[in-house]
Amino acid sequence: MSSIGIVGYGAYVPRFRISVEEIARVWNQDAQTISNGLMVKEKSVPDKDEDTITLSVEAGRNALARAGIDPTEIGALYIGSESHPYAVKPSGTVVAEALGLPNRLMLADFEFACKAGTAAMQVCYGFVKGGVIDYGMAIGADTAQGRPGDALEYTAAAGAGAFIIGKDPVVTLDHTASFTSDTTDFWRREGQDYPRHGSRFTGEPAYFRHVVSSSEQLLNETGYKPADFAYVVLHMPNGKFPTVASKKLGFTPDQLKTGLTVTRMGNCYSGSSPVGLTAVLDIAQPGEKIFMTSYGSGAGSDSFIFTVTDKILAVRDKAKKTEQYLADKKNIDYATYARLRGKLKV
Amino acid sequence: MPQMSSVPIAWRLQQPRYRLIGTICTKCNTSYFPPRSLCQTCRDKGKIEKHKFPGTGKILTYTVIRIAPEGFAEFAPYAIAIIELEPGVTVAGQVVGDPEQVKTGRKVKTTFRRMYTDGKDGLLQYGMKWELLDQ
Ligand SMILES: [Zn+2]
Repeated sequence: MSSIGIVGYGAYVPRFRISVEEIARVWNQDAQTISNGLMVKEKSVPDKDEDTITLSVEAGRNALARAGIDPTEIGALYIGSESHPYAVKPSGTVVAEALGLPNRLMLADFEFACKAGTAAMQVCYGFVKGGVIDYGMAIGADTAQGRPGDALEYTAAAGAGAFIIGKDPVVTLDHTASFTSDTTDFWRREGQDYPRHGSRFTGEPAYFRHVVSSSEQLLNETGYKPADFAYVVLHMPNGKFPTVASKKLGFTPDQLKTGLTVTRMGNCYSGSSPVGLTAVLDIAQPGEKIFMTSYGSGAGSDSFIFTVTDKILAVRDKAKKTEQYLADKKNIDYATYARLRGKLKV
Repeated sequence: MPQMSSVPIAWRLQQPRYRLIGTICTKCNTSYFPPRSLCQTCRDKGKIEKHKFPGTGKILTYTVIRIAPEGFAEFAPYAIAIIELEPGVTVAGQVVGDPEQVKTGRKVKTTFRRMYTDGKDGLLQYGMKWELLDQ
C-alpha cells in the first residue's frame, strides 16, 4: 500500500507584533515576570482586514505552491477555527473559491477550540486512506481575542497552518489517535465577544491531562519512544505549558525548540500546533520523525507521528517559510493594537 | 454604497476579485482585466478564454486617501494604486500597510483581504489587495 501524508504545507502569520512588555505597561503589571512566566516575548496581531478566511487563503496558497498540484484535484476542504467570521456561512466556501478548488468538493468548517485544525487533518487522512478523495486540504486558523486586561490578552494571537493530505507525500503520516473527555476549562457562549476560562483549572486536569494522555497513548500503541523523534510539537497556549508537558513525556528541550513558535508570535489557537509543525517541516531532514499533539479545550488532544521523506527537499523552498514570516514583522503600540482589534467600543 | 452590499453583484465579481481572473483573446493574444467577453480588436472574430493573471504587478501611479468614503473609514489613511499586471493591462487596488512607503514603480504582489464590511449584519466582502515587495 502506498503511503499517505502531507503533500504540501504552508503557514501564514500577520506582520504586526505587540510585545508582552507593551501590554503589561498599559495594565501596570510587571512585564518581566509575565513574560518569563508565559515564555512569550510578543504576539502576532492581524491587520484590520485580516481574519480567519484571509489567513486561510494565504496559508492555503503556500500549501498549493509546495504541493505543485492542480487545485481542482482537491476533493475536500476542512477549516478548523474558533474565529470563523460568519456565525452562519462557512469560511471554507470563500477560501475554496479564492484558491480555485473545484465545485465537486466536500467542505465544512470545524470547531473544537484549538484542535479543530488537527481534527481536519485526521478527517482528510481518513478520506484519502479510504480512497474517497485523492487530496484533502486541512487548515487550522484563528485570530484569537482576549478581553482587555485578561491574562489571555498577552498571548491571544493570529496565524494559520495549511496541509494538503494525499498519497505519495513529502512527509508520511504514520499514526494518529486522540484522547477526549468532557472537561470545561475554556468556553465562549454564542454572541459573546470574548471567551471565559477556568483560570488555574486550565492547567492540570485540562491541558496536561489531555496532551500527556494522548501522547502516551499513541507512543504505547506504536511502541515508539521519545528518543525516536527528532522533533516534538505540542499545542502552545504559552511557552511554559508545552515545555513542562514535553519534559513530563520524556522529550528534551532540543526536540521542542524548533516547533515552539509561541515565544515569538503568541498562541494562534487552531493554528498553534499546525504553525509549529510548518516551522519543523521547513528544516527537518529526510528520515527524521516528528511527534505532534494538539489540544482543544472542552477537551481533547490529537496526536500524530510523521516521517520526513527525501521529497521534502524539492518542495520547501517553493513558498515563504515560517521563519521568514516570524522575522518579517512590525512592532506596534497598545493604542494601534486596540484600534486594529476593535477593542475600543464607541 | 448600496452596490457594495448587493449579493448578486458580489457573487458575479468573485473570480476577478478573488483570483485575478480576466480574459484573453487567443486569436490576437490581448488580455483583459476586468474580463471582457468581446475582443476590442477582433470583435466577433476573436476567441475569448478565461485568463489568470500572475499575482504580481508594478505601481504606475497612486493616491493616498485620507478621508475615506463610507464603509472604508477604518482603513484610512490608505493608498489606492493603479497597478500594471501586464503591459497595457491595469487594475486599481488598495495597497496595504504604510501609505508613505508606496512609490511609483514599486513592485507589488496580491494579498487576500477583507475588502468591505457591510455594517454589523451585512455581507463581508473579500478580494485581492496589494502589498509592497521588498525593493
Ligand atoms: Zn483579439
